Amino acid sequence: MPSLAMLLDLLHGAGITVIVSGLAILAGVPLGLALAAGRTGQAPLIRSACALYSSFVRAVPVVTFVLLIYFGLPRLGFALNPLPAAILALVLNTAAFNSEIWRAAIRDFPSGQLEAARAFGMTRRVAFWRIVFPQIWRASLPTLVNEMTLLVKASPAIAVIGVVELTRKTRQISAVTYEALPPLVLAAIIYGALLALLVAGARWLEHRLTKHLRTA
Amino acid sequence: MNLRLDIIWQEAPQFAAGLGNTVWMCAVATVLSLLFGMLMLPPLISKNAYLSRAARWLVDAGRCIPFLLLTYLVYFGLPSFGVVLDKWWAGLGTLVLYNTAYMAEILRAGWVQLPAGQTESARALGYHGFALVHRIILPQVLISVGPVIGNQMIQLIKDSAFLSIITVPELTYAANAVQSYYFVPFESFLVATLLYWVLCGGVENLVRRGERAAALVRRGHG
Repeated sequence: MPSLAMLLDLLHGAGITVIVSGLAILAGVPLGLALAAGRTGQAPLIRSACALYSSFVRAVPVVTFVLLIYFGLPRLGFALNPLPAAILALVLNTAAFNSEIWRAAIRDFPSGQLEAARAFGMTRRVAFWRIVFPQIWRASLPTLVNEMTLLVKASPAIAVIGVVELTRKTRQISAVTYEALPPLVLAAIIYGALLALLVAGARWLEHRLTKHLRTA
Repeated sequence: MNLRLDIIWQEAPQFAAGLGNTVWMCAVATVLSLLFGMLMLPPLISKNAYLSRAARWLVDAGRCIPFLLLTYLVYFGLPSFGVVLDKWWAGLGTLVLYNTAYMAEILRAGWVQLPAGQTESARALGYHGFALVHRIILPQVLISVGPVIGNQMIQLIKDSAFLSIITVPELTYAANAVQSYYFVPFESFLVATLLYWVLCGGVENLVRRGERAAALVRRGHG
């Protein structure tokens, strides 16, 4: 039967899920923007390198990618503990998806605005941060949040290298209680609540970011 | 660093078997989940508020659960109800169950974009229920959401790697078996990820061809 102790144990696992996913989002969103900048920039070598990276990482299952990072990187001279390896793998994964979102927003940005900004004497850098970024950030937010929910749902992949997040916790609990169902059902509810919170937070942020665009 | 590709080459049959299992399971799961998604469409867009709300709730709940958790629910949870599935049936069943929710939602989104006049004139001509969906709505919706279904298939292929955790011998499982036996993790997982890349690239290519063919049909050259 579900008990308070079980719920607390699961919430501990959920904490790991939240921390790892949160760090991956915090690092993955700007990294995705950097990749998108590389892909829309002028250096041909950087453009193709960023495109290749994004195409490869987006086609690889997160489980397999986590395994490649954790077991494969030591061969290249970087040995990581499971937790940092898990965070790194999720950052690299979500950054590739975010780069596609940023790239689409940059591509669809009206070029007239950029030309006007340049005509006013702004450098490319200033024009990007003052004119382009505030608008593409608002436009991309819903899609970025969608990718964040996908990331949370892909995060159980890190269980494969022994990180005890929410999904793996359910197995640990049933190894003791010999009851598989109660922790699994509770975990499903916790995931539902986490995703609902994430989406509600994003709505609130979107509401705030577009406040000045609405007429009172 | 020297890559031990000779070991990978020597174990090529194991990779091929894993890739083969990934391919057939994903192909079967895509077709079945699309079919079940079609069955979910009439209740989802039903005029009956209770029916459509129940279907909506099921689809939303299905899309909130991580794939691995659903795999555990099917493989470890169902035996509590006396339903014991082996790893193959549990793996395939989870792929189908999970993706049915997404396919239903994709089809519904396609239906929303369909001009309302299509449904209204079909109703005026006496179509309703299953015949309306089957004859009028689905053929148009399937063509317009084809690319999205392709993307979902890529997602499905990537989710299938989770099945290695319940020891279904698909591609990631094969790579893990080879790496733990010979201790060649970098080579083994690199080859597996490259194979997934090729596989997903192939699906993308098929989708692009399908899109071109559909565009021709719509312009009346088909």
